[in-house]
Amino acid sequence: MEAYFDNSATTRCIPEVVEAMVKIYEEEYGNPSSLHMMGVRAENAMKEAQATIADTLKCNPKEIIFTSGGTESNNMAVIGTAMANKRSGMQIITSKIEHAAIIEPMKYLEEQGFSVTYLDVDEWGMVDLEALRQAMTKETILVSIMAVNNEIGTVEPLEEIASIVHEINPQCVFHVDAIQAYGKLRIHPRKMGIDLLSVSSHKFNGPKGVGFLYVRDRVKIKPLILGGGQQRGMRSGTDNVPGIVGMATAARIAYTNLEEKQAKLYELRNYLIEGLLNLGPKEEAWVSIHGVTSQDEKGHKPAPHVVSASFSKVRSEVLLHALEDRGIYVSAGSACSSNKPSPSRTLQAIGLSKAELETTVRFSLSTSNTKEEVDYALEVLGSLLPMLRRYTRS
Amino acid sequence: MYRAFLIKYGEIGVKGKNRYLFEDALVKQIEHSLKRVEGEFKVSKESGRIYVNVTSESYDYDDTIKALTSVFGIIGVCPMVQVEDHGFDELAKETIAYMDRAYPDKKLTFKVEARRARKEYPLNSQEINVLMGEKVLMAFEEQGMRVDVHHPDVLLCVEIRNKINIYSQELKGRGGMPVGTNGKAMLLLSGGIDSPVAGFLAAKRGITVEAVYFNSPPYTSERAKQKVVDLAKEISRYCGPVKLHIVNFTEIQLHLYDKVPQDELTIIMKRYFYRVAETIARKEGCIGLVTGESVGQVSSQTLQSLAVINEVATMPVIRPLVCFDKQEIIDISIDIGTYETSILPYEDCCTIFVAKHPVTKPSSEKIAKHEARVAESIVPLLEEALANVEVVVAE
Repeated sequence: MEAYFDNSATTRCIPEVVEAMVKIYEEEYGNPSSLHMMGVRAENAMKEAQATIADTLKCNPKEIIFTSGGTESNNMAVIGTAMANKRSGMQIITSKIEHAAIIEPMKYLEEQGFSVTYLDVDEWGMVDLEALRQAMTKETILVSIMAVNNEIGTVEPLEEIASIVHEINPQCVFHVDAIQAYGKLRIHPRKMGIDLLSVSSHKFNGPKGVGFLYVRDRVKIKPLILGGGQQRGMRSGTDNVPGIVGMATAARIAYTNLEEKQAKLYELRNYLIEGLLNLGPKEEAWVSIHGVTSQDEKGHKPAPHVVSASFSKVRSEVLLHALEDRGIYVSAGSACSSNKPSPSRTLQAIGLSKAELETTVRFSLSTSNTKEEVDYALEVLGSLLPMLRRYTRS
Repeated sequence: MYRAFLIKYGEIGVKGKNRYLFEDALVKQIEHSLKRVEGEFKVSKESGRIYVNVTSESYDYDDTIKALTSVFGIIGVCPMVQVEDHGFDELAKETIAYMDRAYPDKKLTFKVEARRARKEYPLNSQEINVLMGEKVLMAFEEQGMRVDVHHPDVLLCVEIRNKINIYSQELKGRGGMPVGTNGKAMLLLSGGIDSPVAGFLAAKRGITVEAVYFNSPPYTSERAKQKVVDLAKEISRYCGPVKLHIVNFTEIQLHLYDKVPQDELTIIMKRYFYRVAETIARKEGCIGLVTGESVGQVSSQTLQSLAVINEVATMPVIRPLVCFDKQEIIDISIDIGTYETSILPYEDCCTIFVAKHPVTKPSSEKIAKHEARVAESIVPLLEEALANVEVVVAE
């Protein structure tokens, strides 16, 4: 049996998506910038994709800018906003648990003279709203907070953040990295007060190498990639029409019957957590779950698809390889090795001990996972853990 | 412009009657190294010299030089212009044309050094030196070229053989001896910085290198294994194809973990590395082991530790790095191109169960006593591991 529980790393491209893309590659392969009919047809395909995606966000199609993926969307949001608004101020706020595609552009801006505040999070990974309120000034030009944390699945209170940000400085741009949230949660940027929103296609069964940035009407950002002036100059480069059409197909499918899918994922997630917590003898906890475990704890709600767990005494890398040997694919919470320890920022920020950092594994689900797969994983874990727990580094 | 290369070799020259064996090995290694280069080549031996001729229309000059200067046994590579004999005047024209293209800046001193291997050529070498020197000087004197017979910038060689060779540049090779001329040894290859360098240096002395890697899944990853295969590929640029034996060591390691004192685990494990490596080595016709050990680098490489580990070896253990500093080893690994791969952060089996305070001065008696506890029970595990060795030829 095989069980792929690494859907936050990437997902399988679904057949309908591939089919839609093949059609573009083979038939409608024109360049949207060409004047002839082939170009027009490609442009129409792209416009249609834009409308499909706009539908899922309840926004205007013109507010969607296609990119090469999540990393580019985040870079464009962070650097593009800073470059367009530096005359209004040089202060930026983000959190300590953002993805590297946010943190690295932030570091770059710090080198350029911007000042960046990294907000703390609590033990569940929730951004400290009081700290945000304190850090916000009239000089703050950008606040960037993720919608769902990629490692522990915490859902950040975006509406509350937006209202604090815009209350203190109505001019400040609020960017949301929604790469782990899009396709799993309903997000309506206009209603929620979000100005910019990054999305990556391959996280929701779309193709790799494509994504988009939602840019709310009248929000000023500078393009990063200059050239032929495609997408109204905001993102030059020949449009990746097959990718864009594939992504829109995946988006439409993801948001069809979303509530049902969410319910299925939450059920699977709870089932997995329950099973994990039941591993090992009653008096000794072998597994601990990070982040928000259940849907109503402290009023917070976790994302439906991410489970982060520590397996005491078993290094995550070892568990990963042992599971892989049985056809179960997960990811190691921190790429930790004796040569080059680089513990995860997120797991450190929520206050995990060194022992927990080294033993954290992430399961990330998709709607194609089944209860049988979870049972299989639990059974394998049940048989592997006693052996793995016995042999540890002294 | 160059269609031929003269290969200069070092120590082979002194090997007396065995000389042809060394030359043949060198030719074979040159042919192997050129396989990766774009173009067709012919390698030939001719009256005590080795030539490489380009036989395809086009070829990659830089890669050719890189490949040739990586072959052990070569001390220098001279790119040559090779011409037919159409009389001295024609030869002078060719030589002038060669100088013109080889040295865009003519402000230099030179000297002609002729060699007349074909004795029926009408001019002797001294006459060629004088006449050719004059012709070349006349051609470029206005641009600042001068003759200096004592310390010339450019030594312009003109060799009269069946064809005539014109050359003046020599690109330095790595020296050493051709791989295949000094027997075969088994390298204990890990994913670290040292062992690939040790393999490289052993090969430099003409040793054919095979390698053994101890894999410990799931404690080490598929990528750690791939990294070792990649390292073997990288050194094969110098060593020729490397036959890599991958041994699954997990069960042996866990058994030792259960039965021997924690602080002696690494020493005893390494003794089993040696034993397993030797068994495979013997089967493969190797007559020595090669390791990347360097005195004092880690606890298992103190002289005392090395001595205790060495006790189980019956073959000579060659440790090319034994007295090198870490930085010196790193410098070589950067030079030979293995460093980037070596520093990829995947755990290898030596470190996964390493004790907090391993012994640095192990006692031979104690180790032997503790090892005796497993001597019998480990046999089936060793047999199992040896029966399931995975072999990859890295090239």
